[in-house]
Amino acid sequence: MATEDVKLIGSWASVYVMRARIALHLKSISYEFLQETYGSKSELLLKSNPVHKKMPVLIHADKPVCESNIIVHYIDEAWNSSGPSILPSHPYDRAIARFWAAYIDDQWFISVRSILTAQGDEEKKAAIAQVEERTKLLEKAFNDCSQGKPFFNGDHIGYLDIALGSFLGWWRVVELDANHKFLDETKTPSLVKWAERFCDDPAVKPIMPEITKLAEFARKLFPKPQA
Amino acid sequence: MGKNEEVKLLGIWASPFSRRIEMALKLKGVSYEYLEEDLENKSSLLLTLSPIHKKIPVLVHNGKTIIESHVILEYIDETWKHNPILPQDPFQRSKARVLAKLVDEQIVNVGFASLAKTEKGREVLIEQTRELIKCLEKELAGKDYFGGKTVGFLDFVAGSMIPFCLERAWEGMGVEMITEKKFPEYNKWVKKLKEVEIIVDCIPPREKHIIHMNKMAERIRSA
Repeated sequence: MATEDVKLIGSWASVYVMRARIALHLKSISYEFLQETYGSKSELLLKSNPVHKKMPVLIHADKPVCESNIIVHYIDEAWNSSGPSILPSHPYDRAIARFWAAYIDDQWFISVRSILTAQGDEEKKAAIAQVEERTKLLEKAFNDCSQGKPFFNGDHIGYLDIALGSFLGWWRVVELDANHKFLDETKTPSLVKWAERFCDDPAVKPIMPEITKLAEFARKLFPKPQA
Repeated sequence: MGKNEEVKLLGIWASPFSRRIEMALKLKGVSYEYLEEDLENKSSLLLTLSPIHKKIPVLVHNGKTIIESHVILEYIDETWKHNPILPQDPFQRSKARVLAKLVDEQIVNVGFASLAKTEKGREVLIEQTRELIKCLEKELAGKDYFGGKTVGFLDFVAGSMIPFCLERAWEGMGVEMITEKKFPEYNKWVKKLKEVEIIVDCIPPREKHIIHMNKMAERIRSA
């Protein structure tokens, strides 16, 4: 690939950073991965994303691009002649993919997160029920979008696969914490198989974090109240 | 164009989210049937087409349903390719998308929250809103519109939400939010927007809208 100046500010544990990394891998783009230290924000991050001060930030030829889904769009558009297309080609399919990606971030993830932050059994039970309900919608979305093919995007992973698949490591951590399976052969058979295929994809496998490492990090981020 | 296209838009007269879609359709010269929704009494059509969110706007194009205003705007741009709404350059596109998100998430949150407070609690939220609007002020430097020489995606998103929605609420409350002194670019932009036919044709009628926003602010305050 041409030596373009591409840097990515992020962290190994971040779902959102993972999206950018998968997209870069799909397009075979070399980049410098600048890892942030947990608990502090580098000057480059603060300068590149002064409004939100959040990762990931893609810096391409000194120009910063923020917000994970916007970065994935940017990668697809800036390198549109190399590698597979990340967004589907038809405008309606693109709209469906964008809708579900926004749903995953705005609705689905909020309920998953509330399992980790739930205080007490009642709150946890309610959060689990909500995740179950929302995951059922994603199972249907998968069946509708994939039309019998292996991924949301069809034969190859694409925008919506990346949007949901980047959560798979954390999803597993939440399942262990809640002692409850959300991706289940009886309730979400299509998503179970899709998850295996996604994690095995060559653009994903090298960067999917280890569950034990992630679980340990989760304990730091979401400490349990002392008994 | 000239194809037998069937386009319907479900919206609400006072909602910036459906008004911006009307601006986009007008820019593209696309004819559509507009269906006014009543949030207190949602139509079975709305509930069928948008079962998860049950919200407007909903665009129906040749029987296919598209929801979420940003998703609809991009769909319109990709389906009718003349008179582009988003910039052509990928970096400029990413900036427009990031700022549109800023408007509809951060500015909307603090902006509407500022309506809820009494005078005492309001100052902090007002300052936070102004800080965010500074990002838009910066982006407008040296430009007529966010889209450059012509209106586009971010003009529709920010225009429908701020000068022609939130500012009307602040005006009703007697709050001078975005002064010409502190925000000269923003104010210049609003003046220019008022000269653009597709914008003027697609914003809610002023007096009726101010009354509506006042009622909304009262409802938020008493909740």
